[in-house]
Amino acid sequence: MTEFLLPAFLFLLAGVISVPIASRLGLGSVLGYLIAGIVLSPVLTLLGVDVIQVQHFAEFGVVMMLFLVGLELEPKLLWAMRMRLLGLGGLQVGLTTALIAAAAYALGSIWQVALAIGLIFALSSTAIVLQTLNEKGLMKSDGGQAGFSVLLFQDIAVIPMLALLPLLATQHVTHEGGDAHASLSLVDGLNGWQTGLATLAAIGMVVAGGMYLTRPAFRFIAHANLREVFIAAALAFVIGIALLMTLVGLSPALGTFLAGVVLANSEYRHELESDIDPFRGLLLGLFFMTVGAGIDFGLLAAQPLTIAALTLGVIALKAGVLLFLAWVFGVRDEQGWLFGMSLAQAGEFGFVLISFATAGAILPDDIAPRLTLIVTLSMMLTPGLFILYDRVVLPRYHAAEPRAADDIDQPGHVIIAGHGRFGGVVNRMLLSSGHETTVLDHSSNQLEALRAFGVRAFYGDATRPDLLHAAGIENARLLVVAIDDRNRATEMVRHVVKHHPHIHVVARALDRSHVYELWGAGCRDIIRDTFDSAVRAGRSTLEALGMHPFEAERTARTFVNQNRRSMRELADLYDPEVPNHRNAPYRDRARALMDEQTEELRSRGRGAHHEGADGAWARPTLRDQEAALRKQE
Amino acid sequence: MARILHIFAHPGLASSRINAAMWGAARRVRDVTSVDLYAENPRYEIDVKAQQDRLEAHDVLVMQFPIFWYSCPALMKEWIDLVLSRGFAYGVGGDRLAGRTMLLAVSTSAPAEAFGPEGYQNFPLRTFLTPFEQTARLAGMRFAAPYVRHDALHGDPADHARGFATLLAGLRDENLDMDRATAADALFHDTLPLRKG
Repeated sequence: MTEFLLPAFLFLLAGVISVPIASRLGLGSVLGYLIAGIVLSPVLTLLGVDVIQVQHFAEFGVVMMLFLVGLELEPKLLWAMRMRLLGLGGLQVGLTTALIAAAAYALGSIWQVALAIGLIFALSSTAIVLQTLNEKGLMKSDGGQAGFSVLLFQDIAVIPMLALLPLLATQHVTHEGGDAHASLSLVDGLNGWQTGLATLAAIGMVVAGGMYLTRPAFRFIAHANLREVFIAAALAFVIGIALLMTLVGLSPALGTFLAGVVLANSEYRHELESDIDPFRGLLLGLFFMTVGAGIDFGLLAAQPLTIAALTLGVIALKAGVLLFLAWVFGVRDEQGWLFGMSLAQAGEFGFVLISFATAGAILPDDIAPRLTLIVTLSMMLTPGLFILYDRVVLPRYHAAEPRAADDIDQPGHVIIAGHGRFGGVVNRMLLSSGHETTVLDHSSNQLEALRAFGVRAFYGDATRPDLLHAAGIENARLLVVAIDDRNRATEMVRHVVKHHPHIHVVARALDRSHVYELWGAGCRDIIRDTFDSAVRAGRSTLEALGMHPFEAERTARTFVNQNRRSMRELADLYDPEVPNHRNAPYRDRARALMDEQTEELRSRGRGAHHEGADGAWARPTLRDQEAALRKQE
Repeated sequence: MARILHIFAHPGLASSRINAAMWGAARRVRDVTSVDLYAENPRYEIDVKAQQDRLEAHDVLVMQFPIFWYSCPALMKEWIDLVLSRGFAYGVGGDRLAGRTMLLAVSTSAPAEAFGPEGYQNFPLRTFLTPFEQTARLAGMRFAAPYVRHDALHGDPADHARGFATLLAGLRDENLDMDRATAADALFHDTLPLRKG
């Protein structure tokens, strides 16, 4: 037992300590994991942990990551980005691969190895770049958007690369190396066309199953209303597809990516995303730690100049290609520099390709550790490049000119938590006014009906921060809280107000004390569930009793205004610990307000010419008229 | 027989003297469509199409209201703004009211002598009513002299209310001399230009 628990504890502890420190230093989580791995490496050697074995296990994080990449790929978004995606991304990957492969060939590698090296260095670090751009608020800038297109293309390009790598093998793969992939196969005994058929059938199964079987299956599971069962189902789904792909000799990453794309439009998308994401994060973290543990620092000490020159050479070459593309695609000035400098490092997928290529005996054993070292060093230099951009590039372009205010009027979207009788009406009104909404609900029946009407609705417990995150709370302008559970609604408001203060929150309160709770949680736009309908019922009753409809309307308006005022006043006196009738300041003020209001309502309801509190349409009195007549004379 | 549409606008009928009495009397006149605008649209939710259809189904529009700050109450103005729309009452194709008649029935709290250069209201009452007169003209309607009750804080409203009922019935029966009614400066309960008969 200890031989499992001890390394697990060490890995977790190292990650927990180093990642927050790295994040604080602006290095990003990937570097944090790498450093943790480096620090851990002597201990692991001492304990006799088979790092390569752990790494194979951790590679499953990559499979999950590609599933999530697939989930995020909305066909519409892809189509809108097609020019930049194919143009910028395709050219970046193509040119960088070609140039680096040429350089490697010139340095004496055979062409297969040179090409593999080119592919490894063509990729940039999605994790580091996206995180840094987000932190610096540069995601929406021209350079940031161009960078995103390239990263997205790279993420997709990894899949054909993984498929392509085995073709570059120059020696026969020896299976004794502990390679888990080939242990069981469905296609071992089949000839060429039978293998092809089996492969096609497997892909067809994934696509058709994803389209037609997942929905009823997930709905059935959702009915159980147990979160862990849904997580188990999500994991089983991903692992099952990976297994199927492996059995027919295809890349498991390709299979899960396909499944992700198929499910990108499903109502369970956000739930799947937030369920799989922690596993992906942990496994990738483990993967990076094993990479860190595997870094050969003896190599760096032995050939410091060669390694440094190669690292800087890779960065310079990548930046050169990016700057050229920025110029061609009209990403100008400091935005072009941002684009060029942010993507100049090699990335985490490079590690994946290296480990695949090593397992597949494509890379000679002396080259792989060197490549790993270069990739790591280039990633470690990325924060330096960002600092260079801030200190050297930016001042040149922004000498005196003040920064224009951010365009806050971009069509932000609205998240509606809960789509019952209340949230549904809100959603319909927003949609009819042309706003983009995302609906989160916990009832799968409801969701199916909604999607049939073309509403963007997703299954999940809206009070969970990770689901809100998956639904895009960071970029939302507004959140409507319309879930039935009052305590969870309050908690949700508290969370969003605290962590996303830029978002306007509209919350439904179930009763008076819920109003106070929501007010205390920081919501300033609270709608009482049954208040409006109760006021209308009161108004109808007054009309039925013979009051003139317009007077009834004015009475209702006065009542609403008074009630709102007194709620606001009493909210400050409310104490959730003490019942209202024992809370003396609350009780006294409430009584006083009630008396004032009755008096005011009595006088107001009488309409025009009554000299009540509001003096609406008060006509001149006889004395007013006499005064006017005296002036005339 | 002419078809009469009587539209009444007063936001506080409960405390009204003259207008309440007029409204009570008018509702007893048969074959006249009488509408309390504030009761019909207490939330200002005017159904333009329905209002236009009703307007087209009548020959004479009688608008009854107290003068508030030299104009009509807000809902009456809202009604004019929305119902007398382009393409209906004016503009290209806006001839649907042409040939009909508009008649105002208004009350003022100031006495008659307050209206005019010597009085504290400075202008004749008709000057204050020119926006309505021109509205009628632009819509191609005949603008009859207004039926007026000054000094609304004083005196018994009964005569004026009875006169209003007589006026509505006269319009209905085409018993009113429209030429004299148009030429007059104002109509009072004792100066109605009814034909003998």
